[in-house]
Amino acid sequence: MADAAHRKVEAVWRIESARLIAGLARTTGDVGLAEDLAQDALVAALEQWPASGVPDNPGAWLTAVARRRYIDGVRRQVSFERKAAEIGRELAEAESPMDEIEFDEHVEDDVLRLIFTACHPVLSRDARVALTLKLVGGLSTEQIARAFLVPTPTMAARITRAKKALTDAKVPFEVPVGAELAARLASVLEVVYLIFNEGYTATSGDSWTRAELCEEAMRLGRMLAALAPDEPEAHGLVALMEIQASRIPARTGPGGEMITLLDQDRSRWNRLLITHGLAALATAESVGGGEFSGPYVIQAALAACHARALVADDTDWVRIATLYNVLGALTPSPVIELNRAVAVSMADGPAAGLAIADTLTDEPSLRGYHLLSSVRGELLERLGRREEARAEFERAAAMTANERERAYLLARAAACGDCQGGSAGA
Amino acid sequence: MRVMVLVKASEESEKGDYSGHAEEFAAMGKYNEELVKAGIMLAGEGLTPSSQGKRVEFGADGGSRVIDGPFAEAKELVGGFWIWQVSSMEEAVEWLRRAPFKGGTVELRRVQEAADFEGQVPQEIIDAEARLRAQTEQGQ
Repeated sequence: MADAAHRKVEAVWRIESARLIAGLARTTGDVGLAEDLAQDALVAALEQWPASGVPDNPGAWLTAVARRRYIDGVRRQVSFERKAAEIGRELAEAESPMDEIEFDEHVEDDVLRLIFTACHPVLSRDARVALTLKLVGGLSTEQIARAFLVPTPTMAARITRAKKALTDAKVPFEVPVGAELAARLASVLEVVYLIFNEGYTATSGDSWTRAELCEEAMRLGRMLAALAPDEPEAHGLVALMEIQASRIPARTGPGGEMITLLDQDRSRWNRLLITHGLAALATAESVGGGEFSGPYVIQAALAACHARALVADDTDWVRIATLYNVLGALTPSPVIELNRAVAVSMADGPAAGLAIADTLTDEPSLRGYHLLSSVRGELLERLGRREEARAEFERAAAMTANERERAYLLARAAACGDCQGGSAGA
Repeated sequence: MRVMVLVKASEESEKGDYSGHAEEFAAMGKYNEELVKAGIMLAGEGLTPSSQGKRVEFGADGGSRVIDGPFAEAKELVGGFWIWQVSSMEEAVEWLRRAPFKGGTVELRRVQEAADFEGQVPQEIIDAEARLRAQTEQGQ
């Protein structure tokens, strides 16, 4: 029974916590303090709701408790007495709970401020990710720790340090404007995509928590796109994540083995996510005044090329090669160039692709990067250079950290040997 | 996880006459906005009255017969639906409790995932069915 009651409180918390913390942060000007107060309210809810039931307006209830805690705290500090009176008046005026929570337009602005604050560049990437999941996602420290495969006390310390860092740096609780906005938005998008990739690439950990991370990242992305509807990159990121996530059911075989994009059974792709993702891409393109407005929009357009092809043979590789060209011009990277090599090999043949991939073998940043070897192995195999192909697949297998991927690469290497050693008529 | 929210039809929705319901419409619009801003809304549609609907009745021998709407018993008809992405059924319940309905029953059902079939139906059948579904949707 207690479990059911706790799950109910947890559900309310997930819905209300971002708005609760955001509203408190506006009142107190301190995100760390706001989160502490919100946690106090959560503890009170866990104590009282199992017996009393969930109140009709749980958000207002939590806000009232947290604000009372704040006032109590402020009252204890004599120098803040005036401030306490001010807050008390505010609280008294906000008698109608529905006005306070559900229909307060400010709250939505506050949530956007909260997202930008949690993703502030004074914090390390790890800290931004943890704080975003905690403050905006409404996940518990334990859930975040489990998803990131670290002990709960480690994650708790990371979150505490992050909150303190924001306070110490006197980070204002606001959405940046002007030139700063673009850079800060990039940081927010990066954090959301990091969370998604943590779930999607799943180098280790149990698959259940990983799937949750992907879903949480998509939810955060959709929130962001709804709160900042004029930003094409926010819609682009949503489209990218949804189209990528649509393939999750097809990415692994019955034995848990990895299945690459072109070999996937596309009937297993999640059509609802594809439909939603393509719609988000269309929004991104219309808001951004074109199809190449930013790196996430372009990556989403790339993912969409695959999503639109019902069978792998229908893939528009010429367009994909073009999109990689545009993406590489915008954000130069040897990894993008490697992807372009694959696309060109599909459009113009393996020799043309290999010519591009071969220019990357001396690239220092790709040293130890298993995908370069695996791509070269693939292209060499298609060119009939099986011995070289096998060596590349084996090299790639030695470099990957993912067990399933290693098994896949070793199988490819073995297949090269088999073909060569097989009878002429086989 | 995904849940489908099945909103039952009402006498008004069966008439297709929404005049005099401007306030309810505004409240529902506001609620939908909340769902979108929370990032959980995957789909949501209202359905036209059953007078514009059809039923196909299958006999035990696999034969079929088409029946034109309208259909009786408004309370047993579906008037609209949402598909939400939530972390638990409890979260879906809490969201639904916030909906501005007055009267009526709304049903929550978890959408099946591939894992729900495992060991129950041969994999070939699951695959074939999914393939067909993908082709149908692609054609639209």
